Amino acid sequence: MERSENAQRHTLAILVDNSPGVLARVTALISGRGFNIDSLSVAETNEPEVSLITLITVGTPRIISQVIKQLRKLINVIKVTDLAEVDYVERQLVMIRVKAVDNQRAEITRLADIFRAKIIDVCPKTYTLEITGGQEKIRAALALLSEFGVEEQVSTGLTAISRSPILGKKTKKAEA
Amino acid sequence: MTILSGAEILIECWKKEGVEVIFGYPGAATVDIHHHLGASSLRFVLCRHEQAAVHMAEGYARSSGRPGVVLVTSGPGATNTVTGLAGANMDSVPVIVFSGQVSRMLIGNDAFQEVDIVGVTRGVTKHNYLVISTDRLAQTIKEAFYVATTGRPGSVLVDLPKDVLSGQAEFDYPKKVFLKAYQPHLSPHPKQVAKVASLLKKAQRPIIYAGGGVISSGASEELLALAERLDIPVTNTLMGLGGFPGTHRLFLGMLGMYGLYRANMAIQNADLILAVGARFDDRVTGLLTEFAKEADIIHIDVDTTSIHKNLDVDVPLVADARQALLAILDNLGVAPDYPVATRAQWHDTISGWAQSCPLAYDPEPDSEGFLKPQMVIEALYRATKGKAVIVTDVGQHQMWAAQYYFYDHPRQFISSGGLGVMGFGLPAALGVLVARPESTVINISGDGSILMNIQELATVAQERLPVKVAILNNGTLGMVRQLQHLFYDRRYVDTTLASPDFVKLADSFGLKGLVAKTAAEMEETIALALAEPGPVIMDFRISPWENVFPMVPAGQAIDKMILRPLELP
Repeated sequence: MERSENAQRHTLAILVDNSPGVLARVTALISGRGFNIDSLSVAETNEPEVSLITLITVGTPRIISQVIKQLRKLINVIKVTDLAEVDYVERQLVMIRVKAVDNQRAEITRLADIFRAKIIDVCPKTYTLEITGGQEKIRAALALLSEFGVEEQVSTGLTAISRSPILGKKTKKAEA
Repeated sequence: MTILSGAEILIECWKKEGVEVIFGYPGAATVDIHHHLGASSLRFVLCRHEQAAVHMAEGYARSSGRPGVVLVTSGPGATNTVTGLAGANMDSVPVIVFSGQVSRMLIGNDAFQEVDIVGVTRGVTKHNYLVISTDRLAQTIKEAFYVATTGRPGSVLVDLPKDVLSGQAEFDYPKKVFLKAYQPHLSPHPKQVAKVASLLKKAQRPIIYAGGGVISSGASEELLALAERLDIPVTNTLMGLGGFPGTHRLFLGMLGMYGLYRANMAIQNADLILAVGARFDDRVTGLLTEFAKEADIIHIDVDTTSIHKNLDVDVPLVADARQALLAILDNLGVAPDYPVATRAQWHDTISGWAQSCPLAYDPEPDSEGFLKPQMVIEALYRATKGKAVIVTDVGQHQMWAAQYYFYDHPRQFISSGGLGVMGFGLPAALGVLVARPESTVINISGDGSILMNIQELATVAQERLPVKVAILNNGTLGMVRQLQHLFYDRRYVDTTLASPDFVKLADSFGLKGLVAKTAAEMEETIALALAEPGPVIMDFRISPWENVFPMVPAGQAIDKMILRPLELP
């Protein structure tokens, strides 16, 4: 779908039954409407029968609201929250192997300190770093590291948590 | 507690759900089930194609309100159900397809007649299941029936691996289902109800736009009460026909692309629209930016997704249609507290539109002596005293059946609306006859549609189902030809149909066939067909030049209608 002017990036927190095929239903619904999924991460929550899918897509408010309604209609979807509507914290983990020879090694170590990244593997000619953070920080770190020559870079999807208990309603109900 | 095989559990579950009849076709993956089914009290209707089996189940469900159940084998048996599943889901019909599957250890091996039918049908069902163990079977079936029949009803597929059916488990049918993530919202919010009631009382030029949701929630009586209480005219969608009495003084007929002029004009000039169980489909609204610009819109729907989907509405009311209408009626009280004088003016205005552009056609045969199709529908209406269940296929005949037959009762007009499936009519009519054997059931079809599931004449013969098939035979794929006539320079490309001799065809299945070429033959054919206790195929030779009017060209506002035919070449 075309990314028109008022298209915005939305982080959707989708709470689902932890049962086979749920991820396929969610992604099929979104791809079936011609949207791209920019980032995706899935894991169990503190309740093992419930999983959280954090999904980032781009669309106009009307389209996003339609996607959210269609997602809510899926039988295994418990709750969908557009995190754009609440205050939230997001994190992503990137591992990157860069060329590291001679005095570059000190420079990379310094950069790693500044970004609170970890050097998790050292080879004669490369360093592998682990960087965790929000998108801005990751982008900045990668831009600087790319100057040394990137051999390989892998990343998880973003995951996000709201600052107030929007995802916990179900738990409250269970306690009551 | 008893230990049963998966196949036996399936049959016991059906009995617990009150299933009496199953439509389908056997295969290697489901032979276990048929083995036990034969010894059970359940009826199996053997169709000749799995697509038709689903349409039969749809006809059964649409005419009775009970879920339709289908049993097919794996692979092609399962893929043949896709069209039916999609159509049932779009039209909110509770249909549950049970498909055979290869044994669990073979899944993913490209085994003989293996297909990932859960993957294939994900987008065309309300929900679907692959049963992974015999002990999960009963729970899954309970859920499948629950999901298919509650909230906005829809189609569900349950895929049954062969070894799950032959495996054994303790049978214990769950009494209740609780799905954390699926809890349909049925009762209307009191604040919204009060708002709706006050808007309805104040409105000067209100109209009720009622869809299939009125029928599936059983809200016809409440709709009638509300319309009469406030003297509000009612228009129906195609799916809604019969939800409001077709001969009632407040009824305006169908609206939309092939709707009545007065219905479309009333919508466009209303100051308040009460939409009940309808979804502002593009065939109804035409050009959205020009749709009912002056009106406040109230939208009652059980499906949250339908609200604000195509059109932003002023007052949404998410609830079961019947519960919502009851609550509104309660809130209104009994006093005639609406602007009575302006209401009379509003009715006059609408009558003016009806008089200036009535639904009309020239009843004379065309230059080659062919009958007019509308005349056939009118004759069927007269001969059946408006009491037949009419089941249509898709195309011109469907629109004429919607325009020229008046449906006073819910579930009296059965048609494939959302998906528009040619070939729906004959099998669906058979499903209606299975559900309501006492009814006169007429499948109004075209020479295009009827051939799309013509093999079901074998089912008609074998099951002795007294269907009356009325083929409006114009030798063309009429609805597409109409578009070519109006918008494609009259180049009739690929729309000429050479059909078999339907009388001989009927005869070859051991059925009665009749052909009518003149008005007198038409009357005689209809009288003979209705007098005959068994099935009859009627072939009405109609004019290929007759088109459906009025018509809103695609993408136009619904008051910009083409009212009458262009001059013929």
